[in-house]
Amino acid sequence: MIPELGQAVLIVALGLALYGSAAAGIAGARGRAMLLQSAQHAAVGVFALLGAALALLTYAFLTFDFSVRYVASNTNLGTPFYYRITAVWGALEGSIILWGSMLALYTVIVILTQRERARQFYPWVLAVMLGVLAFFLLVMTVAAPPFQRQSPVPADGRGLNPLLEDTGMITHPVALYLGFTGFTVPFAFAIAALVTGRVGEAWITLTRRWTIIAWYFLSLGLLIGGWWSYHVLGWGGYWAWDPVENAAFMPWLTGTALLHSVMIQERRRMLKLWNLALVILTFSLTLFGTFLTRSGVIASVHAFTQGAIGAFFLGFLALVVLGSLALLAWRWEALRGVGQLDSVVSRESAFLLNNVLLVAAAFTVFFGTVFPLLSEAVRGVKVSVGAPFFNQVNVPLFLSLIFLMGVGPLIAWRRASTENLRRNFVGPILVGVAAAALFFALGVRSALATLSLALAVFVTATIALDLVRATRARLRSGESAPRAMVELLVRHNRRYGGFIVHLGILVIALGVTGSQAWSVQTETTLRQGEVAQLAGYRIRFDGLAGSQESNHFRVVGHFTVTNGRATPAVMRPAKKFYPQESSPIAGVDYHLGLREDLYVVLGDFARDGSQATIKVQVNRLVSWIWIGGLVLTLGAALAILPERRRFA
Amino acid sequence: MNKHAKFLVGGAVIAVALAYMIYAGVTQSAVYFVTPSEIQAAPIRGKSYRLGGLVTPGSLRWEPRTLDLAFTLTDGKASIPVRHKGTPPDLFGEGRGAVVEGTWSADGHFKATLILAKHSEEYKAPHDGGDAGYRDLIKSLQKPRS
Repeated sequence: MIPELGQAVLIVALGLALYGSAAAGIAGARGRAMLLQSAQHAAVGVFALLGAALALLTYAFLTFDFSVRYVASNTNLGTPFYYRITAVWGALEGSIILWGSMLALYTVIVILTQRERARQFYPWVLAVMLGVLAFFLLVMTVAAPPFQRQSPVPADGRGLNPLLEDTGMITHPVALYLGFTGFTVPFAFAIAALVTGRVGEAWITLTRRWTIIAWYFLSLGLLIGGWWSYHVLGWGGYWAWDPVENAAFMPWLTGTALLHSVMIQERRRMLKLWNLALVILTFSLTLFGTFLTRSGVIASVHAFTQGAIGAFFLGFLALVVLGSLALLAWRWEALRGVGQLDSVVSRESAFLLNNVLLVAAAFTVFFGTVFPLLSEAVRGVKVSVGAPFFNQVNVPLFLSLIFLMGVGPLIAWRRASTENLRRNFVGPILVGVAAAALFFALGVRSALATLSLALAVFVTATIALDLVRATRARLRSGESAPRAMVELLVRHNRRYGGFIVHLGILVIALGVTGSQAWSVQTETTLRQGEVAQLAGYRIRFDGLAGSQESNHFRVVGHFTVTNGRATPAVMRPAKKFYPQESSPIAGVDYHLGLREDLYVVLGDFARDGSQATIKVQVNRLVSWIWIGGLVLTLGAALAILPERRRFA
Repeated sequence: MNKHAKFLVGGAVIAVALAYMIYAGVTQSAVYFVTPSEIQAAPIRGKSYRLGGLVTPGSLRWEPRTLDLAFTLTDGKASIPVRHKGTPPDLFGEGRGAVVEGTWSADGHFKATLILAKHSEEYKAPHDGGDAGYRDLIKSLQKPRS
């Protein structure tokens, strides 16, 4: 009964979304207020129905309704309560419902906040958002129905993919999807701007905070994904340039470009076409990412026709891209920029270069990800490029971007005078060079690490310089120092929020640089009582123990770790055997630290507990990646506060 | 040089640099997918391959003390001896599919630097008694430690 209800709810929601989209569109074209009202009601209805569908699916999981195929494939009687809830979005069907729910949530917030503010765009925004919702509801009802029954009903389900039994799986998909779907809002405004011909600055001012929110959640989703990869997968890394990761990283890169390029349009009325194109590109990449990861097209070229879902996404993607291009062509005349670049040495140029580099990075990631498809189509050989390709091409781009992060916010608009350059950059450059010398003196011999860290110091110095100068200016007007700082952050929240986000990125860069340059590892087999040594740690193997958990059997290794400084610690890396899985899953044990993490993975072992093979890693500075995420959160929160500049 | 020319030159420099980086990146890190028959027909030393096949039952040799792993990968027509230094990954086993990355060695074996074992998404009824190894393992480990 419940599954049929769920199915019906989704079909009604699809009908409402289609109706609402059409009604809002007609309201936009003809200006019918009644029709717009009714479209709003439809949107609220879709939101409520999707919420209900999510609740019904959760209910089916909590009550072990194995007659529902999706429930049976992703849970079993042993799955703990907590993970029965996360299992709801543990696979394709449920994750599409989650996606739709997030999008419906954004739609309702747009209705609540933009109805009056953005009157001229609003009907079209609503039409586009409901149109996108209708597509996802179509996927839910036709291509990947979550409530599909199966018979015979199995006595027990297959169980959740053990790798997903992790707390990160609550937050990771939610954050990622809030990021993905969040970009629908600026996209809808961009389309509304094109349709109405109001391609000026209005749509950008209205969507600025939406873009930051979407960007922030996407960043958070990527970081939590990295944390999951690091502490669950047991290979000791946080980023593998896997197609799934790349799929989320591409819209992040173009979204980052967008955050910067809109400032040029706001200030100088340039780049109208470029900004619209970036929004459309970012939104398309969120769809492309889903297509890439859900259709199986990359894992195996020939699996293309297996699922209808790939064809759905490809079709919708084509519709979005071609429709947007047609609109851009239609409004071509109006898209000419008013201002023009005055000088190569200016803030406009720095931002433009930042955009070029970010889009270039997105392109290389795209190229590398689809390379196997390209090479097979063009040359008939299956060739792939792995992490070395992505690192080799992107490291110079990212280092250049970090450099620009220091230049962009301080260099003058229009044309930077020699005086402006001297005043803003001589100090920070000297600090950066001094830092490089210091790192060398401290024994850093990797040129790449030195460059990366020195650049980070340079950027930090530019931010400090700006802050000190602005605070001093306020001190002169008689404010106390702490008050002056707080006032600055609040009054110029957008600028200083941006600076804090930049600091967050620098902290993440520190973590990435440190872990790439200085991490060490070893792999060895120990008999009971034997000791492995790595980077000052002594790891003694004391034995194995087994225990039966609710849904798996666990083999735990006991290791005593000493490093000469602290008291001995016990580490318990494990191997988890799930009856439904043909292979065991590693349970990593780790000690996190600011300087380094000790990371132990249990590999092979003798059944009698006499011997175990372990992989030990000392991963340097990795924790700073997660700390950088927190800094980034603070900055983003500050940046989305309403602006109170000048007259507050 | 006027302003427009400067921007054009700047853009061209970036485009050329990017194209070169991509070209160099691809040529240096391209990995060719091959089957055991294909590599047996034309092995090229020094080239990076991803070799995919089935781990021949009975061919697996694992020396925990030295971390030496040896097995053969087959596609039914050809069998290629593979050697690797390190613990076999969790999803790796005889009779299962595996992809190894590495190079062809002078003395006629494939030297793997990385083993990728593919996760099977197949539905398997749990607790069906078919997984004797699992129960066996639980039994042997639940015995009190000496």
